[in-house]
This record gives sequence, structure tokens and C-alpha cells, in this order.
Amino acid sequence: MIVIVDYGMGNLGSILNMLKKIGVTGAKISSSPDEVEQADKLILPGVGAFDTGMKRLAETGLLEVLNEKVLKSKTPTLGVCLGMQLITKSSEEGQLPGLGWIDARTIRFQFDPRQTGLKIPHMGWNFIEFQREGALLMDMYPGSRFYFVHSYHVVCGNAADVLATTNYGYDFVSIVQHENIMGVQFHPEKSHKFGMRIYKNFVENT
Amino acid sequence: MLTKRVISCLDVRDGKLAKSIKFVDTKDIGDPVERARKYYQEGLDELVFYDITASSDRRDIMIDVVSEVASQVFIPFSVGGGLRTVEDCSRVLLAGAEKVNVNSAAVKNPGLISEASRAFGAQAVVLSMDVLRVGPGPEIPSGYEIVINGGRTPMGIDAVAWARRGEDLGAGELVVNSIDADGTREGYEITLTRMIADAVRIPVIASGGGGTPGHMFEVLTEGRADAALIASMLHYGEYTIAEIKSYLSNRGLPIRKAGMPVT
Repeated sequence: MIVIVDYGMGNLGSILNMLKKIGVTGAKISSSPDEVEQADKLILPGVGAFDTGMKRLAETGLLEVLNEKVLKSKTPTLGVCLGMQLITKSSEEGQLPGLGWIDARTIRFQFDPRQTGLKIPHMGWNFIEFQREGALLMDMYPGSRFYFVHSYHVVCGNAADVLATTNYGYDFVSIVQHENIMGVQFHPEKSHKFGMRIYKNFVENT
Repeated sequence: MLTKRVISCLDVRDGKLAKSIKFVDTKDIGDPVERARKYYQEGLDELVFYDITASSDRRDIMIDVVSEVASQVFIPFSVGGGLRTVEDCSRVLLAGAEKVNVNSAAVKNPGLISEASRAFGAQAVVLSMDVLRVGPGPEIPSGYEIVINGGRTPMGIDAVAWARRGEDLGAGELVVNSIDADGTREGYEITLTRMIADAVRIPVIASGGGGTPGHMFEVLTEGRADAALIASMLHYGEYTIAEIKSYLSNRGLPIRKAGMPVT
């Protein structure tokens, strides 16, 4: 069973819709620690502010079981958008510590929109550059494009964790993977066939 | 590199496509979900649905349309028309839309923008503005004025000032719709679009007047828009999304290519 973790942040229905579209039958949106405990795979979605996300995760009472599943049971886990940022140690967007599952932190885009003419949030369709091989990238061809909406991005402490980067002002990490823990900065569920490929890979190959 | 977006809007009345849209095949007759699916499969980047249902007790039909679109169309889409409160916005977002589009209600009650932005995040709040060219004056230094009620009611608010205010209140994107250009199909209002794109740091979607891919190119370059909204040139089958995208791409704009069909 794949559990889409419901902690009150983001458009969970669209992830479930896409999983159904690619033929996944056992997926479930849940905030129950028991169901998270039983999950074969976890998706941590999220739209919104970092501290609100961490607060809600704590309030839902899921932190303990999530840490157990991800760090001890090594359950394949995919963080999406804010979900990718929450798995880092910290964010410039908030004061609360992150989940700290990967050696990374989250920072704001480091350019001045007035000088560069680049707008924040980074919103729209952009490309990814593969940095190394990984399950999420199987059968993905160069030129794949994804829908992004974000003002902050992840910086990895360990370069080997960077699966793909995207250029917006400079190259930032758009897909991260450390062992069973993965994150994508874009919204695969809104990224057409390219996004379907990401979820298919997560479901079938991790 | 971030690509320029091609966005189309569909007017929906009582759950059916409005007459401004030509029905291409029998399967398509009046069904917004079928039309959205077709555009999605052809490579459109994003969709906007405007609910032009007159009576508010029939608005629930729109929620069903939104849920249906969300289960079949895997690109971002926003919903506007008749959203007056945060609760109205919440219903369309929960039904599966990425963004809400607020217009007249936000002019009358700017607090709607900030409340919605706090509740759902700036990325979910699109401020749509209808703008009329009136010439510069003391109240309207830019020469462009905000109007509501489909262009009939001038509000005495400068369009550039309103765009800045919308950004400050927490809108994540702006749709700049020129009432003068709307329906002419003679090109977007370049001066207006550029003025607003230069005044704010959030993405600007140009709307009104698009009749050819050349018009779109113009507003995405000279007009400095991040996205171009199109309606009849697509709805009447005059251009396909692939034609539009290859035109823009061949002229050097970063574009998400239409590519292979998907199911």
C-alpha cells in the first residue's frame, strides 16, 4: 500500500488521481499512524509554508512513526515540493527544524529579482538535468519538463545525493535521493506524462 | 530555463461550455471536461475555467466539473468566476484546482486576496484584472484604469497601482486583461502588459486580443509577459497547440514543446 501522508497541506487529491491514472490501485490518503505504519511506500506532499508544515506534521502525531518508517524500516519515501524541503534539516523560510532525513538545508533563491529580471516564485514549466542515475529517472529522456511553483530550494551537503538539477538563475537541486529517501521540487502530478513517469518509477522501481 | 506558458481559458455556464467555444466533434459537444482533456493531450501548459453561471444556486455544478477535470487532466488549472469568499475559494481548491482566480470581488474587498493567500499560499491565488485605456489623469497616472462588471463599471483605480497592491496583498500571479483588446483579435495590449510586468515581481499573464501566434510572440517578448492567454484562436480550431508552440519555439522562445500525444 502506498500512503499519501495527509497533514493538511496541499492538493493530495491530484497525487491520488495520477496514481490511479498509472494503474496504482492500493494508494490511500491518510493521516493515521497505523496506516502509515503499514505502508510499503510513502509520499509526503505539501504546498505552503515550512513552519506550518512542520507544525501540522507534529500535531497529526505522525512524526514518530514517520521517522521509524523512513530511517529504520527504510521505506521508500518521496517528498514532493514542500515535502522535499521538509525532509531537509532546516529552511530559511522558517525557524522550526526540518525532519532532517537527508544532509541538506532549504534556502531562498539567491538572486535579486529586480536585477536579474527573474521572478520569485519560480512558477511554470522547466527542465531537469540528470546528475547521476537513479530509479526515479529510469526511461526518462533528456528534455523532460516539469511544473514548478516555489520560492525556496534544497541545497545538499552531499553532492552524491543530487539526482537532477534545474536552472533558474543558477542550477538548483530539483531531484534528490539518499538511499530510500527521495524528493522532487516540482509537482509530478501536474507535469503531464513526465510526471507520470516519475510516479511510475517510484511505484515500480524503488 | 523557465518556459513561457501557453494558457487557454474556457467559459463554463451551468456546467457546459459557453457559446464562445466552437464544438469540434460530437464527443466534445459542450463538455468542458472533454475539451480540457483534448487540450491537455495536445500539450497545453495550463487551463483557466471561468464560471459564468448567472445564478449562484447552480454553482455546485462547477465543483463537479472541477473534480472531473482534476481526475483526468494532469496540468495546472485555475478556476474563477463568482468567488467572493475564502470559503468559495476553498471549495474549488479542494475539488482539485491548483489556483483560484479572483477579480471583481477582490477589487471590492482587497482583503480577499490576503486572506486567500494566507490560507492557501500565494501560488494558489491569481489576481485577474480587467483594464480599460482611459489616458493619463491625476487619479490614473498610467492611463489604464481598473474596471469591473465585464468592463462596465470604472473603479477610479490605476491599473499599475492595483497590480502592485495585489502583489503586496499576496497574489502569486496576475492576469492582465485588456478590455480594449478583448475580442478584437488584433493583438494584446503591449504597453499595458509591459508596464505591469515591469512594476511587479510576480508572473504576469497577458489576456485579451490574441488572434495569432505572432501576437503571442509579441506580448511574450516586447510585452514581457510570462504567459499568454488564448481563447478563440484555439477554440475555433484556427490553430493547434502544436502549431502555436512550434511558432514560438522556432523564434527562440523557451517553450514546453507539444510533443507526443498522451492518453
